[in-house]
Amino acid sequence: MNVAIREQQTQTRNKIHPLLFATLLGCVSITMMFMAWTSAYIVRQSAGNWLEFRLPTIFFINTAVLLLSSVTLHSSYFFFKRKKEQLYKGLLVLSLLLALSFLAMQYIGWQQLFDMGVALDGNPAGSFVYVLSGFHALHIFAGVAVLIVALIHAFALKFNVSPKRKLRFKLTLVIWHFLDFLWLYILTFIILQS
Amino acid sequence: MAATNLVKPDYDPALLIEEQGYEDHFHDHHHGDKYQSSFITHYIFSQDHKIIAKQFLITGIFWAIIGAAMSIIFRLQLGFPEESLAWLKPLLGKWITVNEAGIGTLDPQFYYALVTMHGTILVFFVLTAGLSGTFSNLLIPLQVGARDMASPLLNMLSYWFFFLAGVVMFASLFLSTGPFSGGWTAYPPLSILPQASTGSGAGMTLWTVSLVLFVVSVLLGGINYITTVLNLRTKGMTMWRLPLTIWAFFVTAIIGLLSFPVLASAFFLVIFDRELGTSFFLSDIYVGGEALDRVGGSPILYQHLFWFLGHPEVYIIILPAMGLVSEVLSVHARKPIFGYKAMVYSILAIAFLSFIVWAHHMFMAGVNPFITNIFVVFTLIIAVPSAVKVFNWITTLYGGNIRFNSASLFAIGFVSMFISGGLTGIFLGNSAIDIQMHDTYFVVAHFHIVMGIAAFFGMFAGIYNWFPKMYSRFMNETLGKIHFWGTFIGAYLIFWPMHYLGMAGVPRRYYSFEGFDAFSHFDDMNKFITVSAIIVFGLQILFVVNFFYSIWKGKKVTSKNPWGATTLEWTTPITPGHGNWPGKIPVVHRWAYDYGKDGNEYIPQVLPVSEDESEAH
Ligand code: HEM
Ligand SMILES: [Cu+2]
Repeated sequence: MNVAIREQQTQTRNKIHPLLFATLLGCVSITMMFMAWTSAYIVRQSAGNWLEFRLPTIFFINTAVLLLSSVTLHSSYFFFKRKKEQLYKGLLVLSLLLALSFLAMQYIGWQQLFDMGVALDGNPAGSFVYVLSGFHALHIFAGVAVLIVALIHAFALKFNVSPKRKLRFKLTLVIWHFLDFLWLYILTFIILQS
Repeated sequence: MAATNLVKPDYDPALLIEEQGYEDHFHDHHHGDKYQSSFITHYIFSQDHKIIAKQFLITGIFWAIIGAAMSIIFRLQLGFPEESLAWLKPLLGKWITVNEAGIGTLDPQFYYALVTMHGTILVFFVLTAGLSGTFSNLLIPLQVGARDMASPLLNMLSYWFFFLAGVVMFASLFLSTGPFSGGWTAYPPLSILPQASTGSGAGMTLWTVSLVLFVVSVLLGGINYITTVLNLRTKGMTMWRLPLTIWAFFVTAIIGLLSFPVLASAFFLVIFDRELGTSFFLSDIYVGGEALDRVGGSPILYQHLFWFLGHPEVYIIILPAMGLVSEVLSVHARKPIFGYKAMVYSILAIAFLSFIVWAHHMFMAGVNPFITNIFVVFTLIIAVPSAVKVFNWITTLYGGNIRFNSASLFAIGFVSMFISGGLTGIFLGNSAIDIQMHDTYFVVAHFHIVMGIAAFFGMFAGIYNWFPKMYSRFMNETLGKIHFWGTFIGAYLIFWPMHYLGMAGVPRRYYSFEGFDAFSHFDDMNKFITVSAIIVFGLQILFVVNFFYSIWKGKKVTSKNPWGATTLEWTTPITPGHGNWPGKIPVVHRWAYDYGKDGNEYIPQVLPVSEDESEAH
């Protein structure tokens, strides 16, 4: 190959921002953690002595809440870029409220599970549901912290669509969408397996 | 190829960089000095990758001394059970029992604790953090032409999580019930039931906490390494121009990113079983004649999860060593690495295969024999890319104008160790042979030679070679050579006899063979191994002395590129400051292995390809 052409090829630099890329890698490693649990689930389930039960409906309602929060956060980002300050802030607050209600409703879901007779220290079928949804909730907690930081940025700093703040918001968005995706993965997995 | 005819470069690469480097306005902002102004921010909470590398290295050395000293203590008990260990009482206290005759022996419980700690410390703290942490940090930004890591903050956190993991593990050594004693693999039920043994109580709790912190450290580091390699390469540095060190660190980080979270998953389930009464890994257990009410779990499940990390982990340990060795061999043989692309593809192949062979650690655990056969096949296939690498190293050396110094000797020693240990891996990989060999000293010999010693050799090669870049001084060559020859011969003397022990069926992790008549003729061999181990330990102390002495008193480096190497780190000032290059960052025009090309002794990566040059990479 011609040296000059090769030289030019080598100068096209990566377009994705390094921090965004690093965030995505973090998502990959968290996914691996959950995939380990779901694989363990399959292995353990195939060994028999497995309790069959239905998830309480609230977990499905909750899924809608979480998906909605992703939509509101994404719209907030959309309006942020278009300099619609009020919509941006309002939707951001709404997203946080939805996130908090997701956590509260997961807690109610666990109580209903427990009342059904599915305890954490009972049959592993139940323990796995608690582990999967519990660790997901822990990650949502972290996600809520990220949202709160975004909120502080929104209300404490002067409104300004700078590249830096766009990037920050984008990272928040990616993290939040990922947590959504993670929950969908867990839920579909549990449904398909039972 | 006669070296005398080759032309040494008569230009200064630093000037080349000033002429046609890339201006990124790094030094306009002075953000470097902001967090480097005080002693604390410079040396302790530093975000500079070069300092963080030294922190990883010195912490690693600290742990290596502790871990190795532990092995000497349990080897003394094993090799010389009749001799008195009473002199260790000031150090070990109640773990030494002195009988009426005044003979002190090591408490069996503590023997297991020492074996467990030795394994955990060496595998995770020394050969993972100390090796990959040190050299990924030092070399990735320097060799890809970056100012620092993608996220210096996460990088700093990575070190401090490692440090914290160390503090917790260290604290567990002083528990009155002793540290965890169920083996570095932490199989249940020993790792779950506090009543199983003394170390399974608080010792195991601290062990899990420590390792969860450690996983966080590895992930933060790995995310940074991958991002930096993919996003922060300088102009002209294509993936196919990366030095093999970087390829190795890069792939290592990917393996870690995919496998360490799985280990964390396993540990979290262990924690649930321990603290919250679940039964993921427990079933049908009798303690003191009474059935435990915890049923429904599967201890094999833990083994699957553990070895899904555990096997990739051994490659996380060896790949960085392979990368360092490839680079050191090429530099000191003054020849391009043979089969560069084959080297890269074999790293990728090994990485891929490492994820589908884990059950070869479980041949004897009651896994379905059909599945076992599949794992046998994949396991044996790993020998192919491994052999490719070995052939390429040997071919790189062949006909080279080799400089025999401490760095290159350790690199050559690595190749020898990797061959010896790899061959026994092929025995073990056959499940039929493994029926006899599993959990014997044969396995101990296998993995110490192929992983323990080989990875240490890679690390030593790296330290001797890059010490001038780290501390602007050389290590003492004479001491280095004594260190090499003593360790090389000594390591074989320790581990070669273990193969025979293993073939005779001597089990590993036993406190004493007193009750086994069949093994009584091995007493002398065990003494021999212990004596060799003590001598080799002494030689490592020599290394540590040389290391610290040379930091302050070593021969000063007087030129930027003492080894005549092509890679970018040798174009920085002798003591590189924050941001690595004082002005522009270098632009790369060729691969890293132009040695002896077109009559040139070597050509740095920053030199543009000239019109009349033969084919350039
Ligand atoms: C040709 C390549 C290799 C093959 C076929 C192979 C095969 C095996 C097998 C089958 C075992 C299990 C033995 C048993 O417990 O009964 C084993 C153990 C082990 N191997 Fe290898 N191995 C190879 C290379 C390596 C390398 C390169 C490393 C590390 C750098 C390594 C590290 C280990 C370790 C640490 C263990 C023991 C773990 C333990 O039980 O504590 N092996 N190997
Ligand atoms: Cu393995």
